[in-house]
Formats: sequence, structure tokens, C-alpha cells
Amino acid sequence: MPFGRAASAAPPVSAPALAIHYVERRVERPTPLNNESPIPNDEGLAGAELGLRDGNATGRFVGLSFTLKSTVVEPGADLPAALAALARENGPLRFLVVNAPAEDLLAIADAPETQGAVLLNVGAPDVRLRDHDCRARLLHVLPSRDMLTDALAQLLLYKRWNRLLLVSGPGADDALYADALRKSAKKFGARIVAEASFDARGADLRDSALKEFAVITRGPEHDVVAVADERAEFGANLVYNTASPRPVVGTQGLTPTAWGRPVEAWAAVQLQQRFAKLAGRPMGAVDWAGWMAVHAVTEAATQLKSSDANAIRDLLLSKKFEVGGFKGRALSFRPWNGQLRQPVFVLWPGAVVAAAPVEGFLHRRTELDTLGLDEPESACRAFGGTP
Amino acid sequence: MIFLRLCVGALLLAPLSVEAHEVYVSNERDNTVSVIDSTTWEVTRTFPVGRRPRGLTFSRDGRRLFVCASDSDAVQVIDPDTGKLLHDLPSGEDPEQFSLAPDGKTLFIANENNATTTVVDADTRKVLAQIDVGIEPEGMAVSPDGKLAVTTSETTNMVHWIDTATLQATDATPVGQRPRHAEFTRDGKRLWVSSEIGGTVAVIDVATRQVVETIGFEIKGISGDRIQPVGIALSEDGRSAFVALGPSDRVAVVDTESFKVKAYILVGRRVWHVAALPGGERLVTTNGVSGDVTVIDAGSLKALRSIKVGRYPWGAAVRPVAGVRSAGAAE
Repeated sequence: MPFGRAASAAPPVSAPALAIHYVERRVERPTPLNNESPIPNDEGLAGAELGLRDGNATGRFVGLSFTLKSTVVEPGADLPAALAALARENGPLRFLVVNAPAEDLLAIADAPETQGAVLLNVGAPDVRLRDHDCRARLLHVLPSRDMLTDALAQLLLYKRWNRLLLVSGPGADDALYADALRKSAKKFGARIVAEASFDARGADLRDSALKEFAVITRGPEHDVVAVADERAEFGANLVYNTASPRPVVGTQGLTPTAWGRPVEAWAAVQLQQRFAKLAGRPMGAVDWAGWMAVHAVTEAATQLKSSDANAIRDLLLSKKFEVGGFKGRALSFRPWNGQLRQPVFVLWPGAVVAAAPVEGFLHRRTELDTLGLDEPESACRAFGGTP
Repeated sequence: MIFLRLCVGALLLAPLSVEAHEVYVSNERDNTVSVIDSTTWEVTRTFPVGRRPRGLTFSRDGRRLFVCASDSDAVQVIDPDTGKLLHDLPSGEDPEQFSLAPDGKTLFIANENNATTTVVDADTRKVLAQIDVGIEPEGMAVSPDGKLAVTTSETTNMVHWIDTATLQATDATPVGQRPRHAEFTRDGKRLWVSSEIGGTVAVIDVATRQVVETIGFEIKGISGDRIQPVGIALSEDGRSAFVALGPSDRVAVVDTESFKVKAYILVGRRVWHVAALPGGERLVTTNGVSGDVTVIDAGSLKALRSIKVGRYPWGAAVRPVAGVRSAGAAE
């Protein structure tokens, strides 16, 4: 443990504030289907802001303070130019919380302005960023798609709901989710008995769901209907609309996620309340990741009692760094690809059904490594691993 | 009438050397307190309290029971004989744990939701101070000489030291992740602090406020991250510390000189807190998930029996009997 010395008595000598940046590429969202609340404009940022508040409340006891500056780039706007302007105005960028699609995230990681920075990904679940497209100094706070589908598969196996009928939407991200589901099924011994695709565009679901979903979900015997619909274009309407009386799991219905409104165990309710007070709405997965990213940086600084960016970076990237995240376990970054090890909740809007790793899924290192790419499976070498 | 019958029963059943005690257990989800008789080990009474009761403790004379009713934002003062609410104390928002100073009237309350410690005079019912501490203060303890109070903040991961004369936070000591509970040794020289997510217990030298020992735990067949220290009770003779290890379902018994773990005792599921009964022979644990209380024999270090209480039992406090000092009640 890096402690032992008591913090100096109040008031501690103040170090210069450590600057954390929040960079977001806004994306176009489809109109909500069933009058659901739209994805809020400050998703991610509100979490990061709470992380800043928490970090400053803690840091003051050791003479540390932190700032958070947000840069939000509209869809289609010039991200590299925004990044260059940011560096011009603020000097060297050292800690960047990034909420952006994979392509933008890689562009930011490869930009000259960020070569001395630690990047914390809070918005892109793409497996490739933790695999062959990984980058040194790019940490992933949000769970990857395969961590999510592994969590779901563990619960299905635990319940012996082994046979899946998979319905996929037309999007590229839907294909990635379906692919992750197939791999998770194989990894844990579930079976996809049939697949169907569904494109909600061109039809009015309010009229067609009752008939159309009964047709596409008719298939061989199955225990659940799995859905891959990341943009929420039809999945919610599939629930209770399947041919056989089967639960819907995946992107809608029973959903694996980093965080959600019904999460309350492990003192999560304290974080939920602090967030609701600040943002006036429930905390989502990207909000949690935003909070966690800033919390990780400020916690590393507090453990070191230092605002030295190099020392903080080294601690964040080291194997000994552990941090709490209201998930009942100590969290840490995987040294082979920078992914934050963490439990994944499997929930529906009313309740958390399970927190994966589910009982019985074992791993020689930590059960948390049963979720997502394990060391031998990841092609990432940017963190110094050997091929 | 019930009380009278119990007394008779106790006399008949108990070996003469064992004193009858009452153990009060807060049931977090049921909004009740269960009362257990230590001679029969049966629940004799259950009475309703405020919402989400967690920490509980007694006045020195055992005539008043204080209960942190977290979701009612109050510390309730209850007549333990009748279970009737006497009055509320102003507690600040979301009180979770508290500690009564040796003066018998100054109550230090950790307000989990708003990063403060509230100090209340239990006699005049006035708030003496609200002290800024770290995020999610939880553990509270007052030193035996009454000069120091400490609170642990679960997200800030520090022990905050409060001077009880000035009611100012004077210092902070970083400890492992998610510190939950603090307990002074009887001589006041050491402070034991559990870190739930860190999986450790820190022993701090009070004079220098430095961590002098960090105790880790290892249980065969249980993964390390299920070992989550929460409640701590120190034995009356000062030789052993009993540490509740949360979802590992065990209590560790630590030698307070060598800091070695002497035993792991299997109790109920998700054990939160431990309280020692006067006399040093028995301890009880509150087991949140299994909804019961385990009785531990301090001599053989074995679990003797379990007693079903309400849902999510959280804290336990032993009612002081005239002339006998209450031992290490888990506030």
C-alpha cells in the first residue's frame, strides 16, 4: 500500500491544480421509439463533473485540486482542429476523458497534441480498441461489447437458458454486438439456434410489430430471444411480442451494462443520489464511465499526494493501482490492453438480475477476467506485451 | 408482563455465571429492531423504528437507545423497555454510524450523503457543530479519553481526526479503499480501521496518526475480492480483534500483538458487524444477506448458533446493565 504517512495537518500546502480534459464527439441519435427519455446531451460529461467534485472534495485534504474543461465537437465538425486549439490554449494535454466513436478516439490518440497524455475511453465499447487497434496510454473505462455479452452469457448459462434465437438490426454496431454475442455463446457453451435480421426502417412498428415479430421469432426451440439493436430502433417493441413466450435479452429487455438506474448495492445508492442531485436525472453507463475516469485520475493523484502528471500516469498504468467504483470490488486496469476490470450488471429497467462475474465462472487470476479479452486472447502489444 | 416472564426464564435456564444481556439488532430493510436475550438466544421482541436503521448504541445507563434511521434523516432516541420513540435528535442528512463520547451526551454522527460529521448534544438536543469531512463518512469513533473523534470517509479513503475541544478536523490519514469502521483500543493508543474494498485493516498509531500495520486476509477457496472487512470488535482483554469480512461470510480473529490471523470463523452470509458481550465470552455478528445473527464463543473461536432476525440485519449493540461496562458495541 502506498500509504503510511499521515497527510499534513490542515491547511495543506496547495499544489497547482491538475487539469483534466473532457473531449466529446457528439453523434446523431435516432428519435426515441416509445416516448422513452432521449439520451441526454450531457451523458458522460455530467458523470465526469461529479468525478471532479468528488476528486476535489477528497484532494483538499492533501492539498490537491483538479479542474475539468470540456470540449464538445458537433457531428461533422473538425475534431483535429478542436484538439489543436485545445492544446494551444491550455499547454500540454495530460489527461483526456474521451467520449467519442472508435474512429475519432483513434484519431485523438494518434494526434501529435496527445502524445504525452493518458486517454480514458468512456464512450466506445469496440472490442478492436482492446485488441489489434489498441494504443499505449489509451485506457478503457467503459466495458467492451464482449465484456457485456460475456456477462449476459454467464447469466444465461447459470440459468440454463442455453439456446438463443438471435435477431439483429441492420447497423454496423448491431453487427458488432451480434458478433460479440456469438463469441460469448461459444466461449461459455450456449448455442445460437437460429438468426434473423430486422430492419425497422420503412415500417411503422406501432402497426406491424404484433405480426412481424411473431414471424421472425418463429424458429427452432429456444430459451431466449437475443436482440442486437444498439440504436434502439425496434428492440423494446420485441419484448412481449415474440412468437413463443420467451424473455428478450441483449441490447433491450434483459441487458448487460456498466451501470443503470436500478443499481443500488455496494453503496451505489450514494453515488446514484449524488449524481441525481447534480444532473437531475438517473446515471447511465457512459455517465458512470465519465465519473470513473475522473475518479481514477484524482484517486491516483491522492494516493500519491502529488499533482505530478508523470507520476500519476505511471501509477494509473501500473499493476498495483486499485480503485473503488461502487461495484463491490477493487477495480484495476488490465496490463495487456488497458481495459478496466469491473463487474457488469445484467438488469432490466426494474431491477438488477445479476452482477457478473456470475458465481461459478472461475479464473486463475481474478474472476473479473472471465469478462472480455483475456491476456492470451488479446492481440494488443502496445502496453509492452510480447506477441 | 412479557418482561417478567423472560426474567423467570432467564433464571431457570442460565448457568449462574452467565449474566443475562439484551442484544439489539437493527434490521435495515424491515425498519425494525430485534431484541435478543443472551441466555436463551431467542428474539424476545421486535419493534418498529424509522426508515433504514443502521448504527445503534446505548446511553451509559442503558435507559436510552439511539438509532440512526438513515432514510428518515434522524437519530431516534428510544425507550428500550417499551420500544417507544421518545424523540428524534437533529442528525443531519442520512446518518449512518455514530459514536457517543465518554461524557455520555456528545454524539458524533457520520452523515453519509453530505460529507459532514454532525455533533449533537443528546441532552439539550442541539447541534454543536457540523464538520466538513471526506465523501461518504461512515465509521465513527471517539477515543476513550474523549479528546479525539475520528470518522472514515468511504470515497475519500481517509481517516479524519477531529479535536473534540474545538470541533475542528485537524488532520487526515489516508487508508485503503473504502474505509468502513474505526475502533480505538481500550488504552486509546491505537486505532483499527477496516477497508472494505482494499480488503485490509489498518492499525494506526494515534499519537503520530501513522499507519503502523496493514493486515491482509487470506481464506482458502475464497477469492480475494470477496474478503471485505467491515465491522471490528476488540475483545475485552485487548488481545484479539474480531473483524467481519462481508461476503466471505467469515469473521477473522486477529492477535493484536503479532497482527496474525488466529482463526476464520464461518458465520452467516455477508457479515456486517460484530459486537462483544460483557464478560468477554461471547460475540454476536449481524449477517445481512442471510438475515440472522451468529453467536461466537470467544474461547473456542467457534460459531455456536444462529438466530433469525429481520431482513438485512446491520448493527448490533449490547444494552449496558447497571454496574457492568458494555463491551465494544458495534455502533
